[in-house]
Amino acid sequence: MSSITATGTIPAAEPAEKNYLNVTTTFKSWALTHDHKRIGVMYLVTIAIFFAVGSLMAGLIRAELTSPTGNFLESETYNKVFTAHGVIMIFWVLLAAVPGILGNFVIPLMIGARDVAFPRLNLLSYYFFVGGGLLAIAAVLSGGVDTGWTFYVPYASLYSNSQVGLAVTGAFLAGFSSIFTAVNFIVTVHKMRAPGMTWFRLPLFIWSAYATSLIVVLGTPVVAITLMMMLAERTLHIGFFSPELGGDPVLFQHLFWFYSHPAVYIMILPSFGVQSELLAAFSRKRVFGYHFVAFSSLAIAVLGFLVWGHHMFVSSQSMYQGVVFSLITFLIAVPTAVKIFNWTSTIYKGTVRLHAPMIYAISFMGLFIIGGLTGLYLSTMSTDIHLTNTYFVVAHFHYVMVGGAITGLLGGIHYWWPKMFGKMYPDRLAQITAIIVFLGFNLTFFPQFIVGWLGMPRRYHYYYLEPQFQPYNIMSSMGASILGLGFLITGGYLIWSLKFGAKATSNPWGAHGLEWTIPSPPDLHNFPTTPIVTDDVYDYEALDAAGLSGGVVAPQGVS
Amino acid sequence: MGNFPLAPPQASEFAHQIDPLFYALTAVCVFFGGITFLVVIYFSLRYKRGTKADRSNPKHEHLPLEISWSIFPLILALVFFWFGAKQFIYAKTPPKDAMEIYVVGKQWMWHIQHAESGVRENNTLHVPIGRPVKLTMISQDVLHAFYIPEFRIQYHVVPGRYTQSWFTATKPGTYHLFCAMYCGTQHSEMGGYVYAMKPDDYAQWIKNGGNDPQPQTLVERGGSIYTKMACEGCHTEKDTIHGPSLYSLYGKTRRFTDGTTAVADDAYIRESIYKPDAKIVAGYIDTMSPYVSGTQPGAISEEDMLALVAYIKTLGTTNMPLDKSLSGTQRGVTPNSKVPGSARVTAVGALGFEKDNPEANRLRNGKPAVGALGSEN
Repeated sequence: MSSITATGTIPAAEPAEKNYLNVTTTFKSWALTHDHKRIGVMYLVTIAIFFAVGSLMAGLIRAELTSPTGNFLESETYNKVFTAHGVIMIFWVLLAAVPGILGNFVIPLMIGARDVAFPRLNLLSYYFFVGGGLLAIAAVLSGGVDTGWTFYVPYASLYSNSQVGLAVTGAFLAGFSSIFTAVNFIVTVHKMRAPGMTWFRLPLFIWSAYATSLIVVLGTPVVAITLMMMLAERTLHIGFFSPELGGDPVLFQHLFWFYSHPAVYIMILPSFGVQSELLAAFSRKRVFGYHFVAFSSLAIAVLGFLVWGHHMFVSSQSMYQGVVFSLITFLIAVPTAVKIFNWTSTIYKGTVRLHAPMIYAISFMGLFIIGGLTGLYLSTMSTDIHLTNTYFVVAHFHYVMVGGAITGLLGGIHYWWPKMFGKMYPDRLAQITAIIVFLGFNLTFFPQFIVGWLGMPRRYHYYYLEPQFQPYNIMSSMGASILGLGFLITGGYLIWSLKFGAKATSNPWGAHGLEWTIPSPPDLHNFPTTPIVTDDVYDYEALDAAGLSGGVVAPQGVS
Repeated sequence: MGNFPLAPPQASEFAHQIDPLFYALTAVCVFFGGITFLVVIYFSLRYKRGTKADRSNPKHEHLPLEISWSIFPLILALVFFWFGAKQFIYAKTPPKDAMEIYVVGKQWMWHIQHAESGVRENNTLHVPIGRPVKLTMISQDVLHAFYIPEFRIQYHVVPGRYTQSWFTATKPGTYHLFCAMYCGTQHSEMGGYVYAMKPDDYAQWIKNGGNDPQPQTLVERGGSIYTKMACEGCHTEKDTIHGPSLYSLYGKTRRFTDGTTAVADDAYIRESIYKPDAKIVAGYIDTMSPYVSGTQPGAISEEDMLALVAYIKTLGTTNMPLDKSLSGTQRGVTPNSKVPGSARVTAVGALGFEKDNPEANRLRNGKPAVGALGSEN
């Protein structure tokens, strides 16, 4: 126990068996809940389903690309499959996963709050998310969308004969969902911190969630407007973007990337926060350079708004504009590098325990280093001419989005799973699975760097004029099978643990932080009394000295 | 490493410029990225719980360290920024004496016209080596991107505005032309080959009017389809256990397993390819898989079918083309094909040529596409 609750009541007095999961059990009590923890669990279930659908689409893509002439899909279908993969994974998995699942669940717990600032808005946000998602699924089932997730005009506005309207409206709703969540987090972090929880005692997950929320609130309205303009052009023939109607297609790209580049940071920053939590907890050491890590999140949030044009070096934007965008893009590499170095130094002289979440944290380091560094090839303007729109870009952003964001999500889920459900998963199996995921991921996406450098354009269904691409595509598809297996095992043992897992104690990892001072799973009201924070963030020395949770050898209940 | 090429060929002046930068980036990334990850692994094992390691005086903040690991990457980043921007500006500034070529992109083909001679070509680009070539490009419909990986050039082809790109080819050879910006159903088939030629060859090619130096007859084209589809794998000059010979087939009466007979005419040949199980020659079983009618790979379009039937009709007759360059071991189409022009015809075939997207027309309310070069309309 890191901080002092109001009195000396230490969790020995756990409320008998009643927790947020079983306090009420009716469907209505879940569907209309205002409890941030239940909403977090609902996000978890929903996003797991979307992730499964998106992964299935990825599987189809990889199966198709093993042969230069495809295997079983028509080109039109293939285009719809990769669009569905991109749209679902970006709008209904990556943008919402860490904030929706982990953010909702742990932010109030970490800052000692009863709930988020606006619980009803939080529920509304969930239903916007689901509603948008259902529209997207409806778009897929009623014929699909073939525009690619970027909805570039004039193809999406005037040429595509597919369910663009449904999908775009779905994305629009999902955007509102993330705005609601972001507003909620910003206000929660400002107004709901427990006494003594000063800004610099906030865990770094809170800092990154806060920075993310700022980006969401400032950026998402722009993409919402842009998508509406595109729909207006499509349905009402109001010429914003299509030259046939007097518009400018490059304007769409500017507006789209003004949001969608910061959106990359919306997806990755929360996982940066998770990464800081994991490294501190499993090195039993304060995150090195806490202030630098915290402020680098804000620096990334601010600079992230000034680099969108690096998606457009060869789009016919002004050359001088491109030079400025390239320069700022290189600047944003610095706060990112600072984070990497600080995380590495966190492990130095720590007391490392290689439980599954830590394996994910190490895996994150490896994958994100590759993902981040390959961004340099794309921000270097001359190499970008050759590499843009090729599989090099696909590999780069999968290293960042899956290797970074999803690995962070998996690490975070494994870390907080005992707190969420009060059960332990089999740690050894989870460690092995984390390594399977790491290896499968690399086998899937590393060959794509090479095939992209060789010149294979992305979104290609056939490559029968370039059979030399095939060996790399086969490697990639083999890796995807391993990766898929890893995800299946993960889902399997997590579900298994719900029924058969050993009971988790309040602090199975011996970690520092308010969320570990309350029972697992927490009571409906989180804290019996408002906690008063008296110690520093990640103060493992004090924790050990107090002998409260220190010296934990293995998480109790690990099978 | 024959099956695993690690770099695309360098065939332009620009390739020789950016590749060193690419490899320098790779060296820096592998070195620093590799070191950092190894350090992470090393620390994780060195300071694993239970190991005897010096954990005294752990530091939590260290300003000089923070400053140095901010400044050092910054300097490195600025170096790469500088060279990248410089090369990009070079790549965006075509020399004044460059030879001009006009490009129109449309779903899903490239129309190309050589300004000096007026020679046109579709889905191919012939250029002389050693001479700067400036491309002026525009799209007739959606966004496209003109991409020649071996030259390291790519630029978007945008409706409603001209964009430019330029290059100087340095090595004669056959290279790839791709559309790199997603443009709809047949995006991945919008492309063809770039032929970098010695100046004399290029001059000769222009003098010939740029046409395929060996224009193909229907029968010849059918022959290359026959080869591409590997019909000879089963149907050889003599009957085999895999399939009956097609030699001297045309006009003969065929007897089938169900006792019926039919005269082998055009319709019969066509049916036997699209629906092989409709009539099975006596003594054989149904092993041939049907071919789909269409333009996707593996399918045979009606246009190709006409050629194929024309070719099969000549088998075993005096009209049979003896050009063995069209058959033999060539399976599928490779960039190094000796007959790239004809290969291109079979590969792209009927899919591109002037086939409009009716839905696009509907959505456009029949408005004409804008911005196309006058000469191309």
